[in-house]
Amino acid sequence: MSLELISVMGDAGVPANTPAPSLAPEQLLEIYRVMVLTRLLDDRAMKLQRQGRIGFYVPALGQEASHIGTAAALTADDWVFPSYRDPGIALLRGVGVVELLHQCYGNSTDHTLGRQMPVHYSFKKIRLVSISSPIGTQIAQAAGAAMAMKIRKEPHVAITYFGDGSTSSNDFHAGLNFAGVFAAPCIFVCENNGWAISVPLEGQTASATMAAKAEAYGMPGVRVDGNDVLAVYAATHEAVERARVGHGPTLIETITFRMGGHSSSDDASRYRDPKVCEIWAKRDPIDRFKAWLEGKKLLKVAQEQAIRDRCEQELKEAIDAAEKVGPPAVSTMFDDVYATRTTQQDEQWAELKDALKRGVVAKGHHGEFPL
Amino acid sequence: MPVMTMVEAINDALRVEMRRDPRVVLLGEDVGVKGGVFGCSAGLWKEFGGDRVMDTPLSESGIVGAAIGMALYGLVPVAEIQFSDFIYPAFDQIVSEAAKMRYRSGGEYTVPMTIRTPIGGGIRGGHYHSQSPEAYFAHTPGLKVVVPSTPSDAKGLLLASIRDPDPVLFMEPKLVYRTLKEEVPEGEHVVEIGKARVVRSGKDVTLIAWGGMVGMCEKAAAKCAEEGIDCEIIDVRTIVPLDEATILESVKKTGRAVIVYEAPKTGGFGGEISAILAEKAIEWLEAPILRVTGFDTPFPYTLESVYLPEPGRIREAVLKVVRF
Repeated sequence: MSLELISVMGDAGVPANTPAPSLAPEQLLEIYRVMVLTRLLDDRAMKLQRQGRIGFYVPALGQEASHIGTAAALTADDWVFPSYRDPGIALLRGVGVVELLHQCYGNSTDHTLGRQMPVHYSFKKIRLVSISSPIGTQIAQAAGAAMAMKIRKEPHVAITYFGDGSTSSNDFHAGLNFAGVFAAPCIFVCENNGWAISVPLEGQTASATMAAKAEAYGMPGVRVDGNDVLAVYAATHEAVERARVGHGPTLIETITFRMGGHSSSDDASRYRDPKVCEIWAKRDPIDRFKAWLEGKKLLKVAQEQAIRDRCEQELKEAIDAAEKVGPPAVSTMFDDVYATRTTQQDEQWAELKDALKRGVVAKGHHGEFPL
Repeated sequence: MPVMTMVEAINDALRVEMRRDPRVVLLGEDVGVKGGVFGCSAGLWKEFGGDRVMDTPLSESGIVGAAIGMALYGLVPVAEIQFSDFIYPAFDQIVSEAAKMRYRSGGEYTVPMTIRTPIGGGIRGGHYHSQSPEAYFAHTPGLKVVVPSTPSDAKGLLLASIRDPDPVLFMEPKLVYRTLKEEVPEGEHVVEIGKARVVRSGKDVTLIAWGGMVGMCEKAAAKCAEEGIDCEIIDVRTIVPLDEATILESVKKTGRAVIVYEAPKTGGFGGEISAILAEKAIEWLEAPILRVTGFDTPFPYTLESVYLPEPGRIREAVLKVVRF
């Protein structure tokens, strides 16, 4: 099994070894636009968190190529089981940045009604499955969805995303094992960003690579330069093609780097030498893609600025819109637990409503809650 | 009507539903070729094939995680966990994922999945083949917990569980698997989830139980009847959602309640029922609410029959509340 790093653009010490995928200029520019938008969203959202305007955030800084390039190789019919560090997938599949922001604000326009912390998105319209915090659980679910696709003889694939830390979870093992045994059309994307909160890669596994783990599950494992969006696309495209014709799952390890903290609650400088970030900053996925596009005369300076301006404008409008919306009504707290409320829930809501009306319950940090 | 054991009734329910709904699939360890270690899925692999009756690798979190993925995609999976004692690797998938999916996705994604798993003592299985973990799961909003006590209810409640739009943990009492035979309706037979059953009417004391303990209560009630004490027995049938109304109505009539469950006493679901009675029926109570349960120890092997609540201990509790 080859553990050579798949590279299209090449990098210091990494030779280009794979031809660029055949993508139309507009497809390339769309991928670029989503990468830029994701970067700008990240930057603004971290600031909103620092200003106390949203409660929490998980930056994807530096991992734009890894998750957006892989997702670009899918069709709209494929299913995505992401982790919480993959916001660009929703944007690439057509969700407006304002919808992400409504979720981050946990307001009443957020269709998940403020029930989860920021970045735990769910968008059924683009077949993006609800994101949770427990590590690795989505891996076994993606394998199950892929098994269902095979049972139904439908030519779709399930793709799931997780970090290097997740490879230690029991659902990594369960998911890859099930997909291997049932030859399910599932793509496992391990975004190896070097860190699981404060634990570095070598504290997570003694394996030389994550891709090598694929062999034990009877599937191909590939390593790809995770900051080379075209290499990431090429590797995923090949895996998807294999899966669609019944050749089963693939494990893709994207070698990338978590440039920010684990989350807005984390300070990476307490456990990580910032010099490492300087090295990775030179491999920035957006800078590299921009240089490649410019080299191919597919992106002009003015055009690049226009893309950024448009993204900035879209973000500004989205933040304004999300900030205007109030919190969800308290009664919604009891909805969607079951298809229909239980008598116990009815009783609890009646008691709570009464207490709220009498002013017994303290106001939350959002102020007055509508009933 | 055919006479069936609970194992046969479960098998019948699975067959009926798989014939009716092509989305229904079974998965678990040994459920296919072997037909399950207790035989609950016997013959189904042969009738429906390997795509619909899947022998899986030995991984509970994989079985439930994959079943969730299948349910999200549009299948109606019935997963089997071979013994509830082995369900804990899947606890995360059940509690953090299946039970919260509808809520966290704003109703976009749902998990209409049934997890079947045998519970309780009665087969000399020691503590890894005998436990009753219903209380852990009753504490999880978003999950339904169903425990039949008869073959007929097992069929009717299993059909209701498979058709339920939410995830259901369907716990099958091994004590009853092959010991009780009764007439079970053929074909369509659905018992609504969330309705307790009055097993025996009485006026002096209410015995509240589920699963294997319902039969123990019936034996105790027969003894008590010889002594002139008239017991009413409520089979809870569904732990979540709980039919409080039926329980309250009975206790308000008798003024006395004894709750019987196999699990360790501390933190058992009977404590919840006791709290409900204290909150909502205290004016009707003539005596303290008592619990007859397993003990706060692991489930023992040799001393199984001592550990399990049995008619003698139940009768004692009845006498105590009647004479209070």
